[in-house]
This record gives sequence, C-alpha cells and structure tokens, in this order.
Amino acid sequence: MKKILIIIISFNLCFNHVFSTEPDIFVQSTVNRASQILSKNISKEEKMNALKIVAKETVDIEGIGSYSLGSARKNLNDNQKKIYFDLFENYFLKSFSSRLSEYTNPKINVESKKTLNENYTIVNSVLISTPDRPEVKIDWRIYTKNPEEPLIRDLIIEGLSLARTQKEEFASILNSNNGKIESLFKTLEDFSKN
Amino acid sequence: MLKKLIVTIICIFLLAFNANAGSDGELALKKDQQQEIKDCFEKLNRATFALNHSLDKVLIKPIAKGYRNLPNPIQKGTKNAVTNLSTLITIPNNILQGNVKTAIINTGRLVVNTTVGLLGTVDVANKMGFPKYIKEDYGQTLGKWGVGPGCYVVLPVLGPSTVRDTAGSFVNALGGDPWHNVSVHGNNEFLSEKVFLTSKALSGVDFRSDNLESLDNLEKNSIDFYASLRSLYLQDRENKIKNNQRGMVEVIYKDEEDWEEIDNK
Repeated sequence: MKKILIIIISFNLCFNHVFSTEPDIFVQSTVNRASQILSKNISKEEKMNALKIVAKETVDIEGIGSYSLGSARKNLNDNQKKIYFDLFENYFLKSFSSRLSEYTNPKINVESKKTLNENYTIVNSVLISTPDRPEVKIDWRIYTKNPEEPLIRDLIIEGLSLARTQKEEFASILNSNNGKIESLFKTLEDFSKN
Repeated sequence: MLKKLIVTIICIFLLAFNANAGSDGELALKKDQQQEIKDCFEKLNRATFALNHSLDKVLIKPIAKGYRNLPNPIQKGTKNAVTNLSTLITIPNNILQGNVKTAIINTGRLVVNTTVGLLGTVDVANKMGFPKYIKEDYGQTLGKWGVGPGCYVVLPVLGPSTVRDTAGSFVNALGGDPWHNVSVHGNNEFLSEKVFLTSKALSGVDFRSDNLESLDNLEKNSIDFYASLRSLYLQDRENKIKNNQRGMVEVIYKDEEDWEEIDNK
C-alpha cells in the first residue's frame, strides 16, 4: 500500500513538473507563434484570423473583460453579462489581432522574469529595433494561478499598461452616456462590425 | 516686465488651482500615491482635442511624413540637436530634484555635444559612453516635490497636459529655459524668437514623425481615441515623475482591487 502511495505521489510530481509551464517560456513560445504568423506570406485578414486563435489560447479574455468594465460589472444582470462578454470577446480579438498585424516579422526577446506572488509573474521582453523603429520594452503580466495553464492578463509597453488604458476608455464611454451599459454594447458592436 | 508679471500670476493661479482641483477636498500633496486625475474640463478638452486632431491631419502629420522622407543623417542630426537643447531644461531640473551628480553628467554631455558634436547634431557623448540621457522638466520637478497633477487639460496645438504640467511649462518662459532666454532675450545677431520657435516646431515634428505608425494604430483600434490618449499620457507622466521608464507594476496595480475581486469570484 505504501509503495503504491509513493508511486502515485511520484507520478503526480513528475506529471506536474512536465506540464507546468514557466511564464517566460510561455511568453517566448506565444511570441514565436505570433511571429511565425506575421512573417507568413498570407493576407492581412488571414494573419488576423490566425492571431485570434493564438489570443484565445493564451489571453485571459474573460478576466480582462471583467477588469475593463470596472465598477460597472457589479450592476449587470446575467443577460447583460452574457451580451457583454460575447461583444467583448469579438472586440478584443479584433483589436488585438489588428494591432499586431501591422508588424511584419517582429523579433521579441524574453529577457527576464519577476515572480510577484503565486498568482502573478511579470515577464520582461524587448521588441528588437529596426532601421524604422527604436527598441520597445514590453512586459507581460502573466496570471499563474494555474501553473499548467498560464494566461496573459496585461501588456505593459514602455511602462504603459494596455489593460489600464482599456479600462479608462470603457469608463469614459460609460461616463459620457450617463452610465448606460447599452451605449458601451453599441460601441463594442460597431467596432467589431467595421 | 509686464509679460513676466502676467506669466507669474498665471503660474501662481494654476498652482493654487491645481491644489484645489486635484484634491477634491482631500490632501493634495501626498507623495507616492496614485491619484485619480480628474478630467474637470472634459467638454472643452474634447473640443480642443478635435481641433488639434484636425490640425494634425491637415498640417502636422503631412509635415511629419515629409520629414520622415528626409535623408537619415538629417533626421538624426535634427533629433540630436533638439535633444541637446532640451538638456538646458533638464540640468536645472536635475538640481531641483536633488540629482546633482546627474546634473554634472548632463552638463558634460551638453558641452561635449555642443562643441565636438557640432551644435548638438552629433551625439558624441553617447559614443563616449555617457549614461543614457533622461529628459526632465519643471512639471516633473513639481510632481517630485509632491505637487498633485490637478485636472487633465488639452492645450491647443500642444496637446495633453495637466494643470501642474502646464504651470511647469510656464516656468520655461519665466527664465527657466536658458535656450529661451538667450534666443528671445539674448540681444544677439545670431539668435531670435524665430530661431527659438523653429527649434520647438522641429522638436514637435520629430516627435510626431517618431509616432506616425503607433498613433495611427492607436486611433484605428480605439473605441474612444481621446480617452486612450489621456490614459497613456497620464501613465507616461506618472512613470517619468517616478523616473521609472519601464513602469512599476506595484504602481500600475496599486490600490487595484478589481483583479482580486475577479479572482475571488
């Protein structure tokens, strides 16, 4: 019985060791996947579609969606939540893939990482300079609560948080429309359609 | 004399207003605390932003695009020269922020680049291994001293700012910018107000040229371009005041209970 227990524990440890992903390796592999797509000789739309698949697998879209809503998320009913998260996913994927698809063959090197706590690790990377563009520092806030499946929660470009910018953008739309969530729904819908 | 007096009065007014508007009844001079910066004049700001945006489309952006087509050495030389001129504002601010060593290094940089570097067009200091140059201004110094940012404002032509940063800019005109002093009030045959304004315009065009793609990308992918720029400007100023170019995660997510709440859901 004792032997079986030891084998089970050992197997479990090995299993966890094999499948837990280090945040810096996760970022580098995500970046490499995106880079491969961007360097392919395919149309911009095809690139965007391929990038959307990468984003769905590596970004905590639901978490970012909740964060972006700020305090407004507390006032949503179940139906509004469902509408919002559907709209947000479409908006996010379009915005994310569109931003990235402007780059051709970007080279990003992961430099270091800093574990903040068991839930978060910051991975530091650099977008290598080209004759047209200076070097850009990009930090990734990785959610590591489930070490086997790390997720991107924010990109901090030259010290500027994209999640924070998005949250403030959403708050501005809500403030300009007396807090009506429908106005945000419409804006997100219009963005995804155009 | 009258001009200086007016600028001084505006400066005092702005700083006094800053303490009130930024505090909303609470203490305004708290250090190292992320404050929510209010957009007190949002309607006016959005109108000014629309005006600036139109001006950018018809004038500044086309000029920046043309500038981008100039030979690389000309662009590089212009960038180096306007950066070298900015050292004249950085040095007194280094001292005011208590960084005397950095002020000495930047003075050395200014001397080397202005002389050996042919009026700053060649960054010789960089090639000699001087530490990386970081710009400072009076708005940053006020921030470092603990003055709150006050309300967010959009200035005609100049763009995003805060009441504190606008007040800081007035210090330049009050004698805080040696380049302004010698070119506008220097009474010499080589420099004039026109030369000063040209240098400022070139600095603006160079900045716009550096950001052609990134601003286009941001505009295209924003659902509220005005709010995006406001957020990015305020984050950037916060980083500059804290002298942290990479941003401090502890600052970005300070007082940030949203994520915790989402995680515990």
